[in-house]
Amino acid sequence: MTAATATTEAAPTAERYLTINNIEVIYDHVILVLKGVSLDVPKGKIVALLGANGAGKTTTLKAISNLLRAERGDVTKGSVEFKGNRVDQLSPNELVKRGVIQVMEGRHCFAHLTLEENLLTGAYTRSISRAGLKEALEKVYHYFPRLKTRRGTQAGYTSGGEQQMCAIGRALMAKPEMILLDEPSMGLAPQIVEEIFGIVKDLNQKENVSFLLAEQNTLMALRYADFGYILENGRVVMEGDAENLRTNEDVKEFYLGLSSSGRKSFKDVKHYRRRKRWLS
Amino acid sequence: MRFFLEVLISGLLSGVMYSLVALGFVLIYKASGVFNFAQGAMVYLAALAVVGCMEKGAPLWLAVLLAFGIMTLFGIATEKFVLRKLVNQPPIALFMATIGLAFFIEGLAPMVFGSDPRALDIGIVDEPIEAILNGWGMVISKFDLAAAAIAAVLVTTLALFFQYTRIGRALRAVADDHQAALSIGIPLQHIWAIVWGVAGFVALVAGMLWGARNGVQFALTFTALKALPVLIIGGFTSVPGAIVGGLIIGASEKLAEIYLPALMQSAFGGNFGGIEGWFPYVLALGFLLVRPEGLFGEKHIDRV
Repeated sequence: MTAATATTEAAPTAERYLTINNIEVIYDHVILVLKGVSLDVPKGKIVALLGANGAGKTTTLKAISNLLRAERGDVTKGSVEFKGNRVDQLSPNELVKRGVIQVMEGRHCFAHLTLEENLLTGAYTRSISRAGLKEALEKVYHYFPRLKTRRGTQAGYTSGGEQQMCAIGRALMAKPEMILLDEPSMGLAPQIVEEIFGIVKDLNQKENVSFLLAEQNTLMALRYADFGYILENGRVVMEGDAENLRTNEDVKEFYLGLSSSGRKSFKDVKHYRRRKRWLS
Repeated sequence: MRFFLEVLISGLLSGVMYSLVALGFVLIYKASGVFNFAQGAMVYLAALAVVGCMEKGAPLWLAVLLAFGIMTLFGIATEKFVLRKLVNQPPIALFMATIGLAFFIEGLAPMVFGSDPRALDIGIVDEPIEAILNGWGMVISKFDLAAAAIAAVLVTTLALFFQYTRIGRALRAVADDHQAALSIGIPLQHIWAIVWGVAGFVALVAGMLWGARNGVQFALTFTALKALPVLIIGGFTSVPGAIVGGLIIGASEKLAEIYLPALMQSAFGGNFGGIEGWFPYVLALGFLLVRPEGLFGEKHIDRV
């Protein structure tokens, strides 16, 4: 329908990995949230999904992980493919088994379970031995040493940063190939955010986990990501290499708060944004 | 003193019976955050199923097996037709659903298995243990002791199951956060089916013991009401709490029944009886004021 949805330019890779084709999401049968979003996550890359509040980042992630149905949301059009297979009708359980797992916005640790128990629940879908479980735990503790020192504490009593680490670690326990990471910086101190992004990059490079990363912290996300998509009002309005996006004038102006041409009046900005969406 | 001990022990033993019913509540509350109003009805259904099958000529073991099958099927059906539709709805909606479920069972069970009160013989006699009667002159019922032993085994198993197994952890995880559990691939349907199955099993044990003691009749559904103070005192989320709560209620109501009337009579004059009936609720009210999460309940964790 729109120019943005028609183009499904593959990211610079030969192999298709996670591909989202023109999906439309409707909540409660009436609220149209995604109006045709297409994106690609190549294997072994970090792809950032950027945009303001309500742009549809979380909905996109949930559409992929199939957590929408529990919220009365429905993917009404389009398809989601992982490694060449349609996955949009799978239950979250089956999807996790295939290697795609979501770390939800707001961390959602199990408050009354200890950090270690939280991690152990992450291995629910895997049938592994006690020794294998222990090994997986140690691996997580290797990346998040802070979790190890607090392993016996109930997650509800740990700090926001520790909870975020716990949530990512818990997902790692499922031995995922692809993590859908929603807003890891939410409510955290810049230093902790930096630490967490560093670990994400580490996991990406050493464990070869691909990431689709929804973030409002555009600058931070673009520093660590390889590729970026910008969502606005349920549509992709811009995409490109992280490097290019970071230096793009529009991105600078709208998302990084940097402008070369001085201040614009709010009226101009709105008009410009609206026009931009249709043109891109 | 001997009399006091006798009252205390029989109180404790009957408290275990309350614990059994409370346990069913705890299981479902732990795993889904739902207060299952239908637990009392499930106790009734289970007892009726056993008696019903025995009337059709099945021996006790077969009747128990069949009843267990019925309870499991019932649990799975509840998950499929009631709970699955209500994922992510506020707890009050789920609570209302269980009220509906309770009325449904209370209507359906007597239709299938007959509504007249019947006796249930499970092979344990309700008579004093001779050794204790002769040695110490106390009346301790064999039945009560056996029931307590059964409950103890059941509770220990469940507590270990919750704490140390993969499924047990998943159950606690689901109780904490449905969505997060879903997101890491825990299939809520399976978990809930398991929980309702286990709760059905607990209801079966409770139903058989209560049925054998008081007869299988509609009044069994009211045992659930006695479980309420037990839960408040022990905590809604704790398996050991259900036991300790049950013991406290059982012992205190019997002691109150025996010793309070005399005290109250000397203080206020007049006749006092039936204290057993209301004492647990007053005790629970007191607990709510002092320690609302109960003795062993999970504290609500608030981040500030």
